[in-house]
Amino acid sequence: MNGNGNELELLPVDAGFRETPLLRVDRLVKRFGKGCAYCRETANLIGGEEDPESTLPKNRCPVCGSVIACSGISFDLYPGEILGVVGESGSGKSTMVRSLYFDDEVTSGSMTISDYKEGKANLFEASAQQKRYIRNHLMGMVYQNPHMGLRMNYSSSGNIAEKLFAAGSFHVGNIRGRAGELLDRVEIPLNRMDEPPRNFSGGMQQRVQISKALANRPPLLLLDEVTTGLDLSVQARVLDLIRGIQQDLGVSMIVVSHDLGVIRMLSDRTMVLKEGRVVETGLTDQIL
Amino acid sequence: MNAAVQNESPYNFAFLDEGSKREIRRKTLKAVAIPGYQVPFASREMPIGRGWGTGGLQLTLSVIGKTDTVKVIDQGSDDSVNAVSIRRLIQDTSGIDTTEDTAEATVIQSRHRIPEEKLDRRQILILQVPQPEPLRKVERSERVTKRMHAEMDYSPMWLTLYESVVRYDAITIGADYPVMVEDRYMMNPTPIPRWDNPKLHRADHLTLFGAGREKKIYAVPPHTKVESLQFEDYRFEKESFAGLECRHCGSTDTYLDEVTDERGRTFHQCSDTAFCLKRAEGKEGGQ
Repeated sequence: MNGNGNELELLPVDAGFRETPLLRVDRLVKRFGKGCAYCRETANLIGGEEDPESTLPKNRCPVCGSVIACSGISFDLYPGEILGVVGESGSGKSTMVRSLYFDDEVTSGSMTISDYKEGKANLFEASAQQKRYIRNHLMGMVYQNPHMGLRMNYSSSGNIAEKLFAAGSFHVGNIRGRAGELLDRVEIPLNRMDEPPRNFSGGMQQRVQISKALANRPPLLLLDEVTTGLDLSVQARVLDLIRGIQQDLGVSMIVVSHDLGVIRMLSDRTMVLKEGRVVETGLTDQIL
Repeated sequence: MNAAVQNESPYNFAFLDEGSKREIRRKTLKAVAIPGYQVPFASREMPIGRGWGTGGLQLTLSVIGKTDTVKVIDQGSDDSVNAVSIRRLIQDTSGIDTTEDTAEATVIQSRHRIPEEKLDRRQILILQVPQPEPLRKVERSERVTKRMHAEMDYSPMWLTLYESVVRYDAITIGADYPVMVEDRYMMNPTPIPRWDNPKLHRADHLTLFGAGREKKIYAVPPHTKVESLQFEDYRFEKESFAGLECRHCGSTDTYLDEVTDERGRTFHQCSDTAFCLKRAEGKEGGQ
C-alpha cells in the first residue's frame, strides 16, 4: 500500500478476528482551515490513491493553507480488541481520537458502532443529543491532560457521578456505591474518594479519568497518550491497570501513543499514521 | 396617545411606548408557550437602576390595563423603599389602582417572595429576576448554557447538588433553588426561599419572570408541572419553622423572618406583611 513492498501490508486487517466489528471508521477526513475547491477535490489530499510523483506536502493544501490532519483514515475495531495508533508528532493521532469522541467535528467520513442502531447509522451525522448519548453510554475517553477530562474542583466520586447523572441515575447511595467500586478498581483508596483530583498526583488523576470513562460500562474506551508525562514506574502501573481492565471487562480500546513500548505492551493490532494517513497496519507482533 | 392626553401626563400610558409594550408582550407570549425557556428581549432603559427590578417593571407595565389593580412587594413587604417607589412609578404613569391586599390585586410584582395567599386564575404574578440562568453557577459561557438547555445536559447542576450532599449530608441551597419545568427546562425560580418553590407547581395563576439587566423573560403558565431538583434518597425540603410562630398574628404555617430588637432579643414574624396584617385582623382564611 505504501509502495515499499512490505509483506506485512498484505495481511488482512481483520486477521485473527471473525466477529462483526464493534467500530467501523470509513474515510475519516478532518481538515483545519476553510478549505478550497483544490483541497476538497484533489484526491491526493483527501486520502485517495497517492500520486508518487507529487511533490506537494501531503497534509497541507498549497492553495488555501488548510491542514488536513486526518486524510481518509479507515479501520475496523473488533470486540475486546486493543488497537494501537502510533505516529510521529503531528501525524493526526490525537485529532483522530478527538474526532471519534466528537470533540472535533469531522469534515467527512463515517463511523458506525454495532451496539448503536445495529451499526447502520453514521455517528458523525448524529444529532447533538445522540452524540451526547453515545459519549455517555458507548464510549469513554481518557485524555492526555487530566484537566480536560476531569473537573478538578469537584470530588473524584462527583466526577464519576456526573457520568451517572447523564445516564439517568439519581440515587446518591447507588451512585456512591458505583463510584467506590470504580475507584477501587483503579486502586484509589476509598477514603479519598471525596477529595478533588487536584489533590492527587498525575498518575492518580489518570486513574480517576479511567474510572470516569468506565462509569457507564461503555464497550469502547479511547486513550489518548495516557502515560505521557508520567514517570516510568507510574507508567507501568497505569499500563498494568489498563491491561487488567481490558481482560476483566472485555472492553475494546483505541490506544494512541508515540511510545512504541506502550503500544507493544497493550495493543493486539497496530496502525501507523503519517501526515494524516494510515501507512501501515497489522498485528502488533508483526509491525513492531 | 389618547391616554396620555387624558391624563395630561408627558408619558404614554404605563410609561413604555406602545411599540416597546408590543415587543415585550410578544416575547412574553413566547415564554408562556415554552414554559421555563428564557426568551431574550430588548430590555429598555427605565427610570430605576438596572438590577432594581427593571425586568419585572417592564413586564408589569406592558401587561397592565386600565382596569387592573397592582400590588408591589419586596421580600414580602409592601412598605420597603423599593416596593413603594415602583408602586408610585406605576401609579404615576398609568393612573391605575394599587393595593396591598393580595386577593384584590390582578397583577402582583414581587421581589424574592410569592405571597402566602393562594393566587387564582385571574391573577398574574411577576417576579423580578437578578440572574435568570440556573446553570450560570456551573458554566460561565452563555453559548454553552444555551447548548446545555437545548440538549438537556443538566449533569453539572446535579453534580453541585451531589457535592453538597457529600460535604454536608444535605442539599444546602437556600434560595434560587433550581426547578425542572414540565420535565424539560431547568429554571431558576429567582431567589425565592425554598418555602415558595412548591407554590409554582400546578398553580392556578400565571407567573412571569423578568430579568432587565440580563434581558430575559420566562414564564410558568397555569397548571404547569414545576418540580424542585431532588435525589431519590435526598429529597427537596422546605425550610422548617417548627416550634416558631409569628409574633404579630401567631401564624405557624407561614414563612417567618427572624428579627432582632435593640435589646438583642430574637423574634419571628411573617415575611408577607399584608397577609400577616390580614390574619391579625381576622379577615382571612389563609391558604
